[in-house]
Amino acid sequence: MQVAFEAPAGRDVRRSSGRPAHPSPPSDDRRWRAVDSRIRRLGGKPDGLIEVLHAVQEAFGYIDVDALAYVGQSLRVPPSKVYGVATFYSYFTLKPAGEHTCVVCTGTACYINGAAGILAAIDAALGVKPGETTGDGRMSVLTARCVGACSLAPVVVVDGEASGRVTPAGAVARLGDLPATEASAP
Amino acid sequence: MTEQAPPRPSRRRLANLAPAGPVRATAAVCEAASCLSGRSGEVHTGLVDALETAGVTDVAVKRVGCLGLCAAGPLVSVPETGQLHRNVSPEDLSGLVESLKAADPAAPAVAPDPFFARQVRVVTENLGRVDPESIDDYVAAGGYRALATALQEMSSAEVLAEVTASGLRGRGGAGYPTGLKWQTVAKAGAPERYVVCNADEGDPGAFMDRSVLESDPHRVLEGMALAGYAVGASHGVVYCRAEYPLALSRLKTAIRQAERAGWLGGSIAEEDFSFTVDVRVGAGAFVCGEETALISSLEGGRGTPVPRPPYPATSGLWGAPTLINNVETLAAVPAIVGRGGAWYAGIGTATSKGTKVFALAGRVRNTGLIEVPMGITLREVVFDIGGGIVDDRPFKAVQTGGPSGGCIPSDYLDMPLDYESLAGVGSIMGSGGMIVMDDTSCMVDVARYFMDFCRDESCGKCIPCRVGTTQAWMLLGAITGGTATMADLDQLERLSSMMAATSLCGLGQTAPNPVFSTLRYFRDEYAAHIVDRTCPAGACQELIS
Repeated sequence: MQVAFEAPAGRDVRRSSGRPAHPSPPSDDRRWRAVDSRIRRLGGKPDGLIEVLHAVQEAFGYIDVDALAYVGQSLRVPPSKVYGVATFYSYFTLKPAGEHTCVVCTGTACYINGAAGILAAIDAALGVKPGETTGDGRMSVLTARCVGACSLAPVVVVDGEASGRVTPAGAVARLGDLPATEASAP
Repeated sequence: MTEQAPPRPSRRRLANLAPAGPVRATAAVCEAASCLSGRSGEVHTGLVDALETAGVTDVAVKRVGCLGLCAAGPLVSVPETGQLHRNVSPEDLSGLVESLKAADPAAPAVAPDPFFARQVRVVTENLGRVDPESIDDYVAAGGYRALATALQEMSSAEVLAEVTASGLRGRGGAGYPTGLKWQTVAKAGAPERYVVCNADEGDPGAFMDRSVLESDPHRVLEGMALAGYAVGASHGVVYCRAEYPLALSRLKTAIRQAERAGWLGGSIAEEDFSFTVDVRVGAGAFVCGEETALISSLEGGRGTPVPRPPYPATSGLWGAPTLINNVETLAAVPAIVGRGGAWYAGIGTATSKGTKVFALAGRVRNTGLIEVPMGITLREVVFDIGGGIVDDRPFKAVQTGGPSGGCIPSDYLDMPLDYESLAGVGSIMGSGGMIVMDDTSCMVDVARYFMDFCRDESCGKCIPCRVGTTQAWMLLGAITGGTATMADLDQLERLSSMMAATSLCGLGQTAPNPVFSTLRYFRDEYAAHIVDRTCPAGACQELIS
């Protein structure tokens, strides 16, 4: 696919000096193929950094240090910038999530309809605050700025499935009902 | 704070049911994000099965975008009879099937609910009518006609003139005249120009752009192509937030369809105009709604703003003149070019022309997506369209403009909704988030909530915003926590004025607005927290004993 708004030729002086061989992925995990294909599609250029970080997170669920280094080498972006970008955007996560994820929306509509009470109830029941994972790795609790389902406020998204008009007790009960799943296959 | 959006929607495509013979009635199933989270996808498949089982052969089942009344979802509308089925449960579709069996297009149409009767739909005219995943459906509803007409019969200057004549102003929040912005880009001497659609809808409590992209993505593409023709750009890019997976997937589907059908790409409508559209996915940074920060993000960097001028209209993406408009602004363009700028200017008020889409939410009965003519009063929106306050509690305030806006008290319920009136009472139009609050909301706590948001979203580049939002948030926390003095309140006001005057970009400049507006109308609530150590709304936990 055509990259329509690529940097005009000559802007990136490093490109004219010839490219070194493409670095090898950190492991032979097949999921790197999807990342490499995104890098190729974007022409391997530095401005594709955010798109490639999305590709890594889509493939692996998070972005670890090895991945950051590999992306930087592939796009010829210095580690300072790769790390700076990866940590600037709240959508990117540098640590793996638990078996289940519970996202509590804290958008304005959810906030005035009691999102804080839901977070407090989850903390009381499971001992985890937003951004934390339970000690057994079973449950990660996150907050979202707004999932855009304001009509159903307050909203909780458990493993990708949104529920509306949730009470604190209802949220805790829903988390307790989750099956004990096995770790996802590699 | 870590943030994560729900995973991608299921890849499974829901087949529409299209009878071979004449269609007596159509079940239009809302499959935008809100109804989908109420399992409207299962309503769709269940309904197809149930109609087949019942041997009904003259009823169609169709996926449509947002029907608007999200509070009562999942929704199924029957356009032939005007019926709207609410709270449809996928477990029990028998009532709906019986109603569809009996649907009589010849019977007098059901009077529309006041929720719909007071609305004027321009940008959202196709919402709930067309299948967002079908270009044929969009074309059948008159889509791409404005683009074809413009390319074949109008010069680019004539297209620009219609947009200028329409009086359209930027719907992203600031309200800058769209025609003027287009002229600046068109006049800039450069070999390459870009059109950027800002779909990084970051205001908490706002979902207008998401609904339009999920429900009518081709309309946004048509608006972008028209903008490209008018300003002389041949490349466009949509910058959409990652938190909207359904909008992204429907947008990408629409781009593929439009390329195949010749509405994007080279020689559009067999004329000498080419226009391509790419999608770039944001990654959760509110500041990227600011134009220069958005460009920095598009170039692969941290979303930090730079001082303006130069404005992106003269020096934007890769230094080229760049037109940045938000989703709603661009979605209004096909109607303006198709029906004429004068027609659009005939709606609304003297200075605020046309219609505005609002996301109505909070403590109001009919939450959902609405489009109203500029100049309508807040009372009409909250009480006629919105159906009043949940549990008949007293109305307290309407919050518009998100973290950059303000809280409007009941004294101004009869004020017309337009850019100037909203600014006059210390709020802003903003992108269209409208949160209704009742007496259970503490205004100090609301100010603290928004300051927490800005503190978290500040990019950290300039000191007034980075330090100011944190200090203001701590002062507000002391007030809601019952440990503040009146001197702290003075300090908060001084700090807020400093931030507004000296911050680098709009985020910091407007971050104190929720403080200013709540102080203006609800100063006694601040005093109650500080002097009496009580929270009149009963919301601040530390003060309830």
